[in-house]
Order: sequence, then structure tokens, then C-alpha cells
Amino acid sequence: MRRSDAFLTFTVALLGLLGASFADAVRGVGAAQQSLAAKADMVEQLGLTDLVLFTEARYTRHPSQADLHSAFQDHPFAMDHFPSGSLLPPPIWKGRP
Amino acid sequence: MIHLSDVRKAFNQGKANEFWALKGIDLSVPAGKVTVFRGPSGSGKTTLLTLVGCLARPTSGRVRLKDRDISGLPERFLTDIRRSTFGFVFQQFNLLKGISALENVMIPAYPLGHDRKDLSRRAHGLMESLDIGAKAQSMAEWLSGGEAQRVAIARALINDPEVVIADEPTANLDSERSRQFLGIVETLKASGKTVLMTSHDPLVCDTAVVDHVVTLHDGQLVDSGA
Amino acid sequence: MRLWLNKQRNLLDFSLSSLSRRRGKTLGMLAVYTSIVFLLASVMLFSHAIRREAATVLAKSPEVLVQRMVAGRHDLIPARHLDAIKGIRGVQSAEGRLWGYLFDPAAVANYTLMVPTNPRIEPGKVVIGDGVVRARSADPGDLMSFRAHDGSLVQFKVDHTISRDSALVSADLFLVAEEDFRRLFGIAPGLFTDLAVSVRNPREVIKIAEKIDAALPDTRIILRDEILRTYESVFDWREGMLLVLLAGSILAFAIFSWEKASGLSAEERREIGILKAVGWETGDVIRLKMLEGLVVSLSAFLVGYLLAYAHVFHFGAGLFEPVLKGWAVLYPKYKLTPFVDELQVATLFFFTVFPYTIATVVPIWRAAIVDPDTVMR
Repeated sequence: MRRSDAFLTFTVALLGLLGASFADAVRGVGAAQQSLAAKADMVEQLGLTDLVLFTEARYTRHPSQADLHSAFQDHPFAMDHFPSGSLLPPPIWKGRP
Repeated sequence: MIHLSDVRKAFNQGKANEFWALKGIDLSVPAGKVTVFRGPSGSGKTTLLTLVGCLARPTSGRVRLKDRDISGLPERFLTDIRRSTFGFVFQQFNLLKGISALENVMIPAYPLGHDRKDLSRRAHGLMESLDIGAKAQSMAEWLSGGEAQRVAIARALINDPEVVIADEPTANLDSERSRQFLGIVETLKASGKTVLMTSHDPLVCDTAVVDHVVTLHDGQLVDSGA
Repeated sequence: MRLWLNKQRNLLDFSLSSLSRRRGKTLGMLAVYTSIVFLLASVMLFSHAIRREAATVLAKSPEVLVQRMVAGRHDLIPARHLDAIKGIRGVQSAEGRLWGYLFDPAAVANYTLMVPTNPRIEPGKVVIGDGVVRARSADPGDLMSFRAHDGSLVQFKVDHTISRDSALVSADLFLVAEEDFRRLFGIAPGLFTDLAVSVRNPREVIKIAEKIDAALPDTRIILRDEILRTYESVFDWREGMLLVLLAGSILAFAIFSWEKASGLSAEERREIGILKAVGWETGDVIRLKMLEGLVVSLSAFLVGYLLAYAHVFHFGAGLFEPVLKGWAVLYPKYKLTPFVDELQVATLFFFTVFPYTIATVVPIWRAAIVDPDTVMR
């Protein structure tokens, strides 16, 4: 087999897989509609405000409910020592002081 | 076929180490003949060969190929002419390492866009005719000096050029291999090719197959061999 | 056209043999390149999917939340504030919420304790999320007891558990009755954690928030928009760890590829000379090197992206787990919905494939304009 043919076949196969990954994503989103709706309903019913991403501290468990400078709330020089602290920005406040 | 008039070539022009390799050459190379440029090293014979073969342009003077002035052409056109008219056999053979002898032979034809099968058949044919058919799949670095030279010759012939240019072709060969090389030159001449060589090997200069010997010294013609 | 096509294929053939004769270097380059794309694409896919999921799932979170602040800290809010809020025009309803955290010494984990209003939980019963189930290996019918604020024992019987499907919003939930909540923490009736307000016309939300702020100066107001925005920027590229991680690897790769691409070896220089001497145009040489760059970068992009897709959406983003987990004892097991932004993928393609290809071409271009007669010297 010619080298260029082998490479082109390989690339076409990968492009096919790339296409398949997009198709898989569309299918996955479609399949998840029901569970997304169920989660949204639960959020509405229980009045939830945050995702359970990080559970180690209250300002990472409920970042949207945290005090404005919660990372430093206990002491101005308190170290923000949780790795997740570096993954979350402070909440962004909209148009109000 | 090729006419040079008052050709000069300088290296590092305008700098402190400026050096004139050719100091006014007038020369005609006839078609279908074998011409040898002879001279000690530093005499300018290789430089002359690069000018004739369109590898470089003269600093001043004219180079005409079949009544066409090629000394002022831009690189693009020079490349075109070089590819269709000349085949080169370099002193160090300059084969590309790591790829097969066959592929080395085909390299000059790649940009022309020939069909790969035809190209491969032609390369095999050339290698057969040069007695290296068996080495087609060998890597370039595994070839002996004589084999490497013949691969280089096959590479020079792949685009069916009118002129074959060889720089010191026998410098890296023993006398037996040199004689074999001259045999190849003879068949090239018989098939109507013009052959240009540089050499200071008496074995080459004195062979019957050579039609003209041009002698250079310090960038000037000593004997135009006409 | 045919000729052109043949020429490109011939050049591709040759660039592949060029690459294969520097096999070790090429494979090393491919491996590093692929893992960079893999890392970048994993982060990209993961953060995008989380953000979209948050936007979808939290779309119906409370419209307005009112917290009381005392000396700069969140404090319990008295029920009388409810009346003040209900008096504001445009407010549809307002109710007090009770929630907080419960430390479970048995699991050394913190649960999110909540009192749902609908459906109400019977006193003495508890509904637990999947994370709590795993932390305590609890089953329906099991008993769990905790010490209340005054040292007395409060016992809960597990009523049922929340399905793992919704772990992303419910993993650490511990749903109890109001009586139990107040007994555990000694919170007097008439005090709530915060107040949830719903608004008749969503366009008036900001207006109403301003009115609440004016009526109750000791409160802080959180809008649904702000909750959603918090998650729009979660795992933003600027966020510390990711930035350091990515900047480091991208810089290393940039140096690596620059070194590789610009440090044209004498061997390569000689090859270019040979190619030009045997009749290749400068353009052909550049095209050849561009193809070499493209072969490496395109393969790396495709393989890296596909691996990242499988990693994030089919293997639960296992490589990120240690980072996301942090020091948490409770870590939700969730399967991400494969939200993929095609534009982001295209951007990733552009920023990984093109710079490398260009970086290979620039030094070649400088080398390729030298006179072909150099090979004769």
C-alpha cells in the first residue's frame, strides 16, 4: 500500500470517528433530556441553588450563596488552601452595589 | 548548445573576503558530446559547472542555452530549465539517507505530478540498465560507493534530461569502478546525451569517449580544447 | 487537475517517508502533541459540559433569595421580614427556607441539610442523596443518629434515597422535617436560613430586588441570574489551577516545537539543498515541510480530541477526579451530558494545528531561499 493511501485512510477513519463523536454527543444530549428535566424539577421543588461539585467547604459547596469574600471570611490572611478554591471565581454581581 | 561569454563569478561580493572564482570565461559546449573541465582544485571548474547547469547565476556575463539567455532569469524559471534539461551527479552523490534507493531515484520527478506507477516503472528500468536493480529497496546509506554513484546517475536520468552533469565522478572510486563509470558515460553519449564533467583524473581526461577537455587555472581558461 | 493531485500525493508520500526515517523524533513529537491536545480538549469539553448542565438544571432555582447579614456574616432571618417582602408590589410569593450543614462524625463528611416544603418529610424520617448513601452505606429503613445542639440524640430513619441520576445536584442532600431541623440546631420558630421570593413578572426582578434592599437594609439579595452566572464562569480558563496547568504545558510545548522547528539541523539544510539541486522549486520544498507539519499536527489533533471525548463523556473524566475531589469526603458520582460546542472544537483545531504548521514552515522558508549550488561546495 502506498504511504499516502495509508495515511489518507487513517485520516479519513479518524475524521469518521470525529463525526461519530459529534453524533454521539447529539444522541447523548437527546437521551439525557429526561434526566435533565428530572434534575431541573428537583431543583425547582427543593429550591436548590448549586451543583454538588465540591463539598469540602461551604463557599465551595454553595458558591452562589457564599458571602462576598468568603474565602477570607474568617481571617483576612486566611489561606485558601482547598484545591477547588482555585477553580472557582468569586460570584459576579449584577449591576448593583 | 551552451554558450558562455565573458562570464565572471564572485563569492562574498563587497565583503573583505571577496573572491573571484571565475574571471571572464568564453566557452561553447557542443550538444551530444562529452566535455571535461580539468584543473587543480580552486581553479573554478566546479563553479563553472554550477553556472552551466543553472544551479547559480553569474555575477556578470551571459550564459545562453540553445540561443536563450538564461543568466538573468528568475529562480522559478531556472528551476524549470534545470529540471527539464539537466541531470546532476554530485561528487558526494548526495543521496538522501533513510529512504530506499528507488525513492532516491524518483525524487526529482515528484513535483512534476507523474503517476506513481509509471514513475516507479521508469525508475526500476533505469536501475536495471545500470545493473543496480537488485538494490532498489536498499536504504541509501547501505550502498557501496559504486552503487551509490549509479543510483545518483539513475536519479540524474529520471526526468530524461538532455545534459548530464557530473562533478568529480571518479574521485571516490577505484580505477576498476572508474572504468565502469566511463562505460556508462559511453552509453549516455550513444543515446544522444550531452555529458559535462569536472575531473583532474588523467584516466578520465585521456579516454576515447571524451571529446573535449577544457583546462582552467585560477578562474581563467588555459586551453579551451577546441 | 490530475497532475496537481498526483503531485500532492507524491509530495505526501515523500513527506511521510521523511517523517518515518526520523521515527523516534516523530513519534516523540506526536506523543507530546497528542497529550497536549488531549489535556486541552478534556478541560474544554468538561468545563463546557458542566456549564451547560448547570445552566439547564439551575434554570428553575429560586428567583430571588434574601439573606440577612450581621456584622458581615450570614445570619438567620426573622419571619417578620416575610411580611415586609410580601407587601412589595410584584412579589408573587415569599417563603422561609431552612438549610444548613450537618457534620457526620461517623463518615467525617459534611451533609447539606434541607427542609423541603413539598413534599414534606415526616418527623423522624430522612431522605438522603447518593453520596450520603455511599458514605454511610445506608439503606432505606436504616437508622442514623446525631447529637443535637444541646447534646441530646436525634434519630432518623432512612425513608428513601435519591437516585444517582441526579447526583450532580443532590449527592450530599439530607432532607428532614422542619421540627427535626429546629431541634437539631436549636433554631427558634420564626427564624429561617434565608427567604426565597418569586416574582410575578421576571422582567421586574431587578426593580423588586432594589425595593427589598431599600425596605430591608440588613439583607443581601441573590438573584437567579447571579446564580447562573456563577456557573457560567466555573472552570473559566482564567481560574488559577487550570491556567497554571495549561499555561505551563502550552509554554513547554511552544518551546519544544519552536526548538524543533526553528533549529533546522545541518542534515535538514543539506537535504533542502539536494532537493533544490535536483529540480525542486522553493515552493515545493515549503509545501513538503508544510505537509510534514500537517501530518503530525492533524493526527495529534484528531487522536487527542477523540481520546479526550472518550475520557470526559465515557470514562467519567477520571483524570480530573483528584483535582475536583479536593479534600472532600463526599464526591458525587455523576455522568456528564455530552454537550459539545462545535465552535470551541474548531477553535481548538485552529490553535493547535496552525501554529505548529506555521512554526515548521518559517525556518524552512529561510533555508529554502538559499542558492541550490551550495550542495556543490
